[in-house]
Amino acid sequence: MRYAIQAEGLVKHYGATKALDGVDLEVRQGRLLGVLGPNGAGKTTAVRILATLLRPDKGTATVAGFDLFREAHKVRSLIGLTGQYASVDEMLTGTENLVMIGRLLGLSRPEAKRRAAELLDRFSLTEAGGRAAKTFSGGMRRRLDLAASLIGRPEVLFLDEPTTGLDPRSRTELWDVVRGLMADGVTVLLTTQYLEEADQLADDIVVFDHGKVIASGSSDQLKARAGSQVLEVRPIDESRLDVVSKVVGDVLDTVPEVVSGKVTASVHDPAVVPAIVRRLDDLGVVASELSLRKPSLDEVFLTLTGHRAEQEADDSDKAEAKSTATV
Amino acid sequence: MSTMTAKAASPPSSRVGVGATIQQTATLAWRSLVQIKHNPWELLDLSIQPIMFLLLFTYVFGGAISGSTGDYLQFALPGLLVQNALFYTLSTAIGLNSDITKGVFDRLRSLPISRTAPLAGRVIADTFKQIWAFALLVGFGAVLGFRVQTDLLGVLGALALLVVVSLAMAWMSVLIGLIASSPEKVQMISFSAMMPLTFTSSALVPADTFPAWLKTWSDLNPVTHLADAIRGMMIGGEVASPALVSLLWAAGFALVFAPIAINVFRTRI
Repeated sequence: MRYAIQAEGLVKHYGATKALDGVDLEVRQGRLLGVLGPNGAGKTTAVRILATLLRPDKGTATVAGFDLFREAHKVRSLIGLTGQYASVDEMLTGTENLVMIGRLLGLSRPEAKRRAAELLDRFSLTEAGGRAAKTFSGGMRRRLDLAASLIGRPEVLFLDEPTTGLDPRSRTELWDVVRGLMADGVTVLLTTQYLEEADQLADDIVVFDHGKVIASGSSDQLKARAGSQVLEVRPIDESRLDVVSKVVGDVLDTVPEVVSGKVTASVHDPAVVPAIVRRLDDLGVVASELSLRKPSLDEVFLTLTGHRAEQEADDSDKAEAKSTATV
Repeated sequence: MSTMTAKAASPPSSRVGVGATIQQTATLAWRSLVQIKHNPWELLDLSIQPIMFLLLFTYVFGGAISGSTGDYLQFALPGLLVQNALFYTLSTAIGLNSDITKGVFDRLRSLPISRTAPLAGRVIADTFKQIWAFALLVGFGAVLGFRVQTDLLGVLGALALLVVVSLAMAWMSVLIGLIASSPEKVQMISFSAMMPLTFTSSALVPADTFPAWLKTWSDLNPVTHLADAIRGMMIGGEVASPALVSLLWAAGFALVFAPIAINVFRTRI
């Protein structure tokens, strides 16, 4: 199978800061690679390099079969870029933005208009098409951004944090759009700070931290790599949390987490679970919830990096506040 | 939809032809100008400052400087044209900088288009705006009593010289636009450079009353030469020598700032 993106040993330093410190990436045609990592991990630098906007200090790469540096122009004719940075002209209307790109790509005026109308329709922006982009909501802007990058029918699409700062509903809408693109056979490289997003959309995931790829694989593989399952026990009577915590701690020989009425602990050997159940039974503790599950990507991230994904906020408000500060 | 299966940019070629470059430049110039249609305020914005300067200088300083507002208007309008044109080159910087900081520039650079089209498109659009401002000032000046003493050729020559010098100055503007961190910074940097430059020249007042040191500077100041040349072409007087000096200055500006700007453009952006 052909690789749509293949990069080897990408290095980019800004002074003493190593934005990228030797990154290899491979994305097979028609797949979606999720690049997951906290702010400053080097995700955007990688996208900017692969989209021909930035030259790396070292490394080689091909995108859509062409050498990124010697055949940059050909690469540009086959890629689309949407994200934190590539943006639309706020002063132009939605339609004008798309017509402009169409004209730049060599479409005739009527063709450019037809293509613009087609994409506005596809992204439910037809009604807003005549309004200046600055009047658009965040979700509409991202959709227009995405439409702009699709005018040239790209084979490879870079989505740099496409949902950062969006409310949950707009985020879900955008996910559907991305799924639609994958159904069309477009290869996508998507960066995100949201573990859930990578989990939802990506065929393969690479985890960036401090300019390096620290893990890669499918979502399931990564979860398995964290090497353990998670046991959760919730007693009916919250006053018995201490007892549950002590039992779980004794059996597993760790200090379990006690959060929101639940005792949570990593389990390496599922065989210990019956022992815990028995001891709780002996002590007369009734559990309203007792489960053994794969760790969430968030927990995987913690295991892999030793720190939490900074931007992973429980409520999207917090995420939004943070992301607007970085835009 | 299915009838349009041809990829817009295929087959991919490695170079952008001259025809395509011109078309892309025209598209991007259109993009800068069409904004006026949605936001007529921008045109007003473009027009209010020159008119305000014209009114203020004529009626506030005119009598004091030249004895009568009419005489002063006759002297100052060419100078105001120069001042306005130089100020206006900065809008190139502001527009460019806002494109860069907002990400529009990245989108353009990720497209298979000529590398020069985004810059050229903006500069051409700004030249149109320059011509508009020139016509507005001359027209409004005529309403207030300004009379061209030469002929149409003189006026067109003045416009041409202003456009050429502005294009050369635009390189400095491009450089500022590339390195400034925000459009507001651009405004600040440019204002504090342009204000003293235009005021310490013979553009708005005769330089005779300047103290010796200032007179020395004013004689060197390119704005003085440019103002003298424009004045010569519109109300009579020497043209060849100040016009030549202005063009030399413009060439010097372009020679110094174009390579730096292009280098910054290639490496930093």
